[in-house]
Amino acid sequence: MIAEMKWNPEEPVAINSQGEERPLEEALRRHFEITVLTKPLLEKALPLAPGASGLSELVENEQAVRDYMHGRDLLDLIRDYSLFDIPAKEFVSILRKMPPRLYSAASSLKAYPEEVHLTVGKVAFHAHGRERFGVCSGQCALRLQEGDTVPVYVHENSNFRLPADADAPIIMIGPGTGIAPFRAFLQEREEIGAQGKSWLFFGDQHFVTDFLYQVEWQRWLKQGVLSRIDLAFSRDASRKIYVQHRMLEKSRELYAWLQDGAVVYVCGDEKHMAKDVHQTLLSIVMNEGGMGEDAAKEYIMQMQKEKRYQRDVY
Amino acid sequence: MEKNKRLMEHEGPPSDVERIKRESNYLRGTLKETMADPVSAGIPDDDNRLLKFHGSYLQDDRDLRIERQRQKLEPAYQFMVRVRAPGGVATPEQWLVLDELARKYANGSLRLTTRQSFQLHGVLKWNMKTAIQQINEALLSTLGACGDVNRNVMCNPNPHQSHIHAEVYEWSKKLSEHLSPQTNAYHEIWLDGEKVVSTKESEEPLYKDVYLPRKFKIGIAVPPSNDIDVYSQDLGFIAIVENGRLAGFNVAVGGGMGMTDGDPYTYPQLASAIGFCPAEKMVEVAEKVVAIQRDFGNRSVRKYARFKYTIDDRGLDWFVNELHKRLGWTLEEKRPYQFLHNGDRYGWTEGSGGSWHYTLFVENGRIRDFDDYPLMTGLREIAAVHQGDFRLTPNQNVIIANVSPDKKDAIEALIESCGLANRKRHSPLRKHSMACVALPTCGLAKAESERYLPTLLDKIEKLFADAGLPDEEVVIRMSGCPNGCSRPALAEIAFIGKSPGKYNMYLGGSFNGERLNKLYRENAGESEIIEALQPIINHYAKEKQPDEHFGDFVIRCGYVKKVLSGQDFHA
Repeated sequence: MIAEMKWNPEEPVAINSQGEERPLEEALRRHFEITVLTKPLLEKALPLAPGASGLSELVENEQAVRDYMHGRDLLDLIRDYSLFDIPAKEFVSILRKMPPRLYSAASSLKAYPEEVHLTVGKVAFHAHGRERFGVCSGQCALRLQEGDTVPVYVHENSNFRLPADADAPIIMIGPGTGIAPFRAFLQEREEIGAQGKSWLFFGDQHFVTDFLYQVEWQRWLKQGVLSRIDLAFSRDASRKIYVQHRMLEKSRELYAWLQDGAVVYVCGDEKHMAKDVHQTLLSIVMNEGGMGEDAAKEYIMQMQKEKRYQRDVY
Repeated sequence: MEKNKRLMEHEGPPSDVERIKRESNYLRGTLKETMADPVSAGIPDDDNRLLKFHGSYLQDDRDLRIERQRQKLEPAYQFMVRVRAPGGVATPEQWLVLDELARKYANGSLRLTTRQSFQLHGVLKWNMKTAIQQINEALLSTLGACGDVNRNVMCNPNPHQSHIHAEVYEWSKKLSEHLSPQTNAYHEIWLDGEKVVSTKESEEPLYKDVYLPRKFKIGIAVPPSNDIDVYSQDLGFIAIVENGRLAGFNVAVGGGMGMTDGDPYTYPQLASAIGFCPAEKMVEVAEKVVAIQRDFGNRSVRKYARFKYTIDDRGLDWFVNELHKRLGWTLEEKRPYQFLHNGDRYGWTEGSGGSWHYTLFVENGRIRDFDDYPLMTGLREIAAVHQGDFRLTPNQNVIIANVSPDKKDAIEALIESCGLANRKRHSPLRKHSMACVALPTCGLAKAESERYLPTLLDKIEKLFADAGLPDEEVVIRMSGCPNGCSRPALAEIAFIGKSPGKYNMYLGGSFNGERLNKLYRENAGESEIIEALQPIINHYAKEKQPDEHFGDFVIRCGYVKKVLSGQDFHA
């Protein structure tokens, strides 16, 4: 952006409303969101570039603006609508502060009092002629070196916790990076010597490369810390298999666990996985519990009320 | 060499593998369950021991070990699957099946072994059953390709004397069938066979529930070719051809290549010819020999369990007596024969029945498509039109055999169009070389072999060329560890892996495989190898006698001592 706009990277710019200043390059690298486009940002850009042809038409068209923003960043906007000749100070004033990226802790403080582990999947894709990377995952995967520091804070989620009763059975459904909190759960349960049964549903693309924390699950299974595991690797077979398919295969046992008071946790992709898993849970309750749809919905609602159905989806 | 230490070891408790075999219910173990366990791509050690008898075992890609450990992933487990094909004969249909399995379920390559069979590397657990089923549907098997049983029976594929070959091949098949494990476990586990209720006695009449103390290897040679290295076999048969017909076989016992680093009580050994038997008696002889090893082999210490030690510990006379006692008749005097070479003859040869045979050099037995050399595709295209058969040679090459005269041009055209014969001019020296698989898949390898020998040969070729001997035929073999799958102890120049990049170099084997070689340089890296070889090769170029082979020359000139018994190998 700096090169494209012919800005001076050393130029001081304000990074907050208190007027704190940083050199432009540092501000863009560390303090402002420049990879994700939003409609308010596009609207704010309009008055900066009254001559930009087509931008006002785009902003007025709801569907077009959504399509445009997908997979594009600020540099695309600058180039596509020739937003040149805007002073850095002005441009920066319309940017929003870089929002934090939230990751579930993948470790238990009891097991690692001095550490926190994260499960970070590198976001990388090719779109509109350029390689693009996730802001935080890209930072972790591509730039950070051992010993570097990053600004972090702890965000507590009181709606996603192990049951207070260490004997309560738990069912964990966490494909992909959704596995993270469950690693923490099992570390915790191992540390406190919990007796409750546990069942993990995990899935990803390939067994050989994507079985996250494989050797740890194997050890926990062997030691009985984990009671059961079911795996779904979607790209290994000709038919795509996901966690919900594995849940269906085990309907009867799964329902028995629910009847036994098991707490169900779902972590991971919101758009597809969590929805499909929810539907699957519903149909398992209907089929195995011999309930109509309304009764099954009520059953699950009741579980939610009792905090026996917790989700951390994104 | 004292015998007592090894003999004393017989007294010890049975090794753990003996327990695994006995408790396995005739090779079943818990294989059915562990092969179905989706949490690991591997299987437990006990079952892996048993899986060998089924023709496969667990390996992992050693190149990836450290990286995967960092990733909290188990090793990149994968299975090696070995086909049993007596005499290395495969039909074009069978070739096509194996070619497809290699591309679909293995690492995209097919390995021809030093015992005339096929190997697939890199088969994932979930594909094992399908792969083994398809191998069996093609009327091949993997049963007994590894494990403490008789292994793939080798047999000279010499196409020059095809009526003799045909007869000898039939005997190799009979031997192979007769000495196959009889347990139904293979069918139950891989082929969805019914679980057969049987009495323990009928399950394995020959092997019993303990099977053999170690692997057992049989090969049949047809002089003048010793391509199967008959002296390296536990039990070797040497075809005696009289008046153009197969009279019978000389019987040789107690050969074997493997040794253990640092243990002088282990050594490669040459088989000794003990007599002659008519052809129709050879299966009976083999059965009794195997039974003697079953009853007397060391079951306490596996490194002392090969048949060669059973014989060396008690003496050849003891063995011959025991064999005669069990046969109820005596072998005849061994008959004269002469071996001239143990390598392959390349290119087209005409068989006695008017059909043609083409021997294609396959460097280290590895069939895949190289960047500039579509070897795998070319052979697939040939298999698609070929009406004869394929024969794997004991030197890891392939013979496109029994080509009728009217089809010869078509096969020749395919060989030409795929450039199979002239990738680069392979030197005679390279065409007499062999390397075992070693890294990255073999768990035993201490150093590279298959991936490294071609580079080392570039340099050794240059030494011979610079000395004015560009067309010299020299048998050169490399093994990644002292187990010696490429039969290095018989080579004129041999390299046995010690640690990454370091080899023990041996000199003085014979061109026809009748003599062991001897250690010349220990723990040598490439530059030391070249430095050590250069003056000898120059000397050889200057002073070799007419037709004198390199291995004979180094003995005549005193570079190493002549070794005719394994008991002098370390002396």
